[in-house]
Amino acid sequence: MAERLVGADISPPDLRAKITGRARYAEDFRAPGMVFMKLLLSPMPHCRVRNVDTSRAMALPGVIDIMRASEVGEPSDRPSEEMLTDEPKYEGEPILAVAAVDEETAAAAIELIDLDLEPLPFVLDPLDSLRPGGPNAYVGGNQFSGQDGWTEYKWSQAEFDAIERGEMPNPLDMPVQWEKGDVDAAFAEADYILTEPVVHQSLTHHPMEPRSTMAYWENGRPFVYVSTQSAQRTKMSMAGALDVDPEEMTFVAEYCGGGFGSKIPGHTHMALAPRMSQKIGRPVMHRVTRYEENYIGRARPGFQSWVKMGFRADGKVTAIDLIIVQESGAYGASDYNSAANIADLAFTPENMRFRGVSMYTNTPPKAAQRGPGGAQIISMLEPLHDKGMREVGVDRLQGRFLNAPVEGATFGPRNSELTSIHAREALMEGAEAFDWETKIAMSGQREGSKVYGVGFGLSPFTAGSRGYDGLMVIRPDGRLYVYQGVGNLGTHSIADTVRPGAELLGLNWDQVEVIWGDSSRGMPRTSIQAGSQTTHAHTRANYAAAEDALRKIRLVASRRLGGSPNAYNVDNGVVSGPGGRMSFAQVAEAAIQMGGELDGSTLPDTISERETVPAAQRLAGQGLMGVATDNYGGSGSIYSWQSGFALIQLDHETGVVDILEYVGWADCGVVIHPRSLNAQQLGGSIQGMGMAMTQRWVFDSRYGVPFANRLYTARPPGFHDVPLQMTAGAVGIPDPQTPIGAKGIGEPSVGAGAAALNMAVMDAMGGNCLCRTPLTPDIILAELEGRPGPWNRLEQLVG
Amino acid sequence: MAELESVGVLEKKYSRRTFIKGVIATGATVSSASYIVPGPNGLRAATVQSSTERLITLRVNGQDRRVDVLPHETLAMTLRYKLNLTGTKLGCDRAECGACTVLIDGVNQYGCSILTHQVRGREVTTIEGLEDADTGELSVVQQAVMDEGGFQCAFCAPGFIMSMTAMVNQNPNVTREEARHALSGNLCRCADYDKILTCAMRAAELARSV
Repeated sequence: MAERLVGADISPPDLRAKITGRARYAEDFRAPGMVFMKLLLSPMPHCRVRNVDTSRAMALPGVIDIMRASEVGEPSDRPSEEMLTDEPKYEGEPILAVAAVDEETAAAAIELIDLDLEPLPFVLDPLDSLRPGGPNAYVGGNQFSGQDGWTEYKWSQAEFDAIERGEMPNPLDMPVQWEKGDVDAAFAEADYILTEPVVHQSLTHHPMEPRSTMAYWENGRPFVYVSTQSAQRTKMSMAGALDVDPEEMTFVAEYCGGGFGSKIPGHTHMALAPRMSQKIGRPVMHRVTRYEENYIGRARPGFQSWVKMGFRADGKVTAIDLIIVQESGAYGASDYNSAANIADLAFTPENMRFRGVSMYTNTPPKAAQRGPGGAQIISMLEPLHDKGMREVGVDRLQGRFLNAPVEGATFGPRNSELTSIHAREALMEGAEAFDWETKIAMSGQREGSKVYGVGFGLSPFTAGSRGYDGLMVIRPDGRLYVYQGVGNLGTHSIADTVRPGAELLGLNWDQVEVIWGDSSRGMPRTSIQAGSQTTHAHTRANYAAAEDALRKIRLVASRRLGGSPNAYNVDNGVVSGPGGRMSFAQVAEAAIQMGGELDGSTLPDTISERETVPAAQRLAGQGLMGVATDNYGGSGSIYSWQSGFALIQLDHETGVVDILEYVGWADCGVVIHPRSLNAQQLGGSIQGMGMAMTQRWVFDSRYGVPFANRLYTARPPGFHDVPLQMTAGAVGIPDPQTPIGAKGIGEPSVGAGAAALNMAVMDAMGGNCLCRTPLTPDIILAELEGRPGPWNRLEQLVG
Repeated sequence: MAELESVGVLEKKYSRRTFIKGVIATGATVSSASYIVPGPNGLRAATVQSSTERLITLRVNGQDRRVDVLPHETLAMTLRYKLNLTGTKLGCDRAECGACTVLIDGVNQYGCSILTHQVRGREVTTIEGLEDADTGELSVVQQAVMDEGGFQCAFCAPGFIMSMTAMVNQNPNVTREEARHALSGNLCRCADYDKILTCAMRAAELARSV
């Protein structure tokens, strides 16, 4: 019997390259004659370029050329991001690019460029832009629609007066609003109502690898080396940006040093190096520094919110009224919509009203960041829910259990359904692993100046999609070659999504080769690597291709050996049945001789003609081909769940939080790779702790420039910020709507980690909810000492 | 890493003052471009700083390597762009993340914050130098990471592995708590810290059995 592949800890096939220095990330590629490109970043948060004098820069020996905005895009008054711009909307937005023989000369040339800039009004904090007469991020206004163009959206003074009085504002015409049930009636009947303003900060993604790119052209064809989460999808967007046939381009993305949502289908500025290379006829390296990454590397949008929650005496949440003002940066974001849906899903209020507005601001662009919207709202609402439980006198954990959804729950304005929900199991199994009874007894206990706090969170997020293609070939060496279009962003999904299909074919792992990261090898139509969908989407796609391969193996065996195809079975690289046995090597050779669909000479018309067909045509005739589309179907959205439990100590003298223990527990269906699953859970949870505590966005409000623009000023958690030992596990109940039973898990962990930490800090402060992030010592101390901090409680960026 | 490094040692290793002193000693000026890379061989133009390269010999991974180096060039840049040792990563350019960690005479140091001229006559080891060049055998730390399936995106991995190597060489009896301290100069943005510590403990175990 071949080994079990699903559920085993198998180190991914790229690990040896990663730990010997052979793995090549974008900035590790070289080409003969390669030159360097640097960007001139806007020194102002909003301005218009009146004139650029490049004569001194061009006179510098070694400078090759300069590229301006007009060469890479059309001026537009729409809020759409271009690679370069003559009207920067945030400090750090690239204005032009310089190519020179070395990076030092390029940087020196940037210093020699004379810029004549016209400063324009700017706004950092969305509430400032909402005020009557307040500034707008764009000259035309602060809201944009294709139909109406630019408009201004302002709240009346009455809303700000209400905010001043500590009340929830009541704007009646928010750009996004929906309501279900009867919210007002539910509040009228509620036994306890809680109303709080809550602020969630914006924060930079800061993947460890900055978004560098290397590119060159040969015979009119581009060769690009990119840092991206996805591969095939990024190839398609790069081809669009360069206006070339995707099959004419060689696209290499073998490794990605993290993205967390900031490099989903690549990124806006990845096309600059190939465009510059096209212009100057030389290979171009665009090395992005950490400082530049802060500006062009994307950030999570912050929320200024008001939450009203109604509770029944037994702890049931009966109504939620939620307002979100989103800090959307220069080019918009949509987190607030998923935040509202997830609030409804996670707490099942049955009566819910959401009002939201996305506000353009002159801050670095926002993008999905691991658990977009969901991480923020879970981090914000779990402490409030906990406060509600304290007020109505219901056990904190039992109350959360009561309000968690069960199978059949629907959510959001369209009453969406899910394929499976095991949220309560994730919560209670996590609690058991955490030893809830012992830990909760420690809550509030004091050791010197330090007080124990216990917190938890239960966080859902999307975890799958359907309908992509799988492509694999069994070659005459008897091995299975699986062609992956998924990106290699550190989740191990290039290999793990292959396992169920390889198991179906009865193969041991050492009989399987995964081919990824180079479009010239062949990439089928693939999902983006975002929304934690890859595990679900591509175990299915590869399984479909494996089923196709299995059908063809049996067909070959029955033709050669006689008998019915279905009488043949596969195991250990051998097919055997009534007529005898053939090795996969022999099967592959026979398939090539027989041709037709068996070796991919003819292809099914169900696969993507634009993407999978060209990839399969490259491989036709090399062996027995399995190629198919995921037609397994299914109904409902695919979500996974993550619970997280934290025990902390808060030092009431210093405001410093020490996280002592953390447990994460997932509902993500069948577990394919336990060790990697645990790493995703714990890593994501720690990112959530960084989001809640250590990463702080600080701006100079007068000049509109960020202060926290490096790792040490917006610090991701390090070793000393996290517990010495952490625990993770999974419920393991299969999702019934996918043949593999597995769902993704990358994203919900961020909200769980952040919520657990936020709630634990609240617990260590005697149930006093700070209701804002980041929980830095100065903010905590100001609250403990009952004095106003150096910030306005609702301020977004000066946390 | 049973005992903490004294502040004085840390200052000598990493301080801006030491770095600038090195720059002054080599006759260059520090500008905003001082962390920037020189071009590949044969492409250099006279730069605004009028600095000139000097041919020096470095001892890297047990080999003598002759290389043209600018006075203000950092070791990470020389390794990556002159010697094609791209396993040493640049994550932040200035001593915040540890992705560029290499060993200098067996001590883990940030390659972005040490000048190439400062390591003349010293033994430089990079991630490429850990594997046995003849047999392909992995070092104990690399083997530990293979055993435990360490790292996610792994951009930080070379730096962590170099720090772990220095750690187990110095103290194969390291505890989990001590390992956390020894590795705290390296950041992992995937936050795979729990598994990295497990790798470190496995590495120590392997080191003890060698």
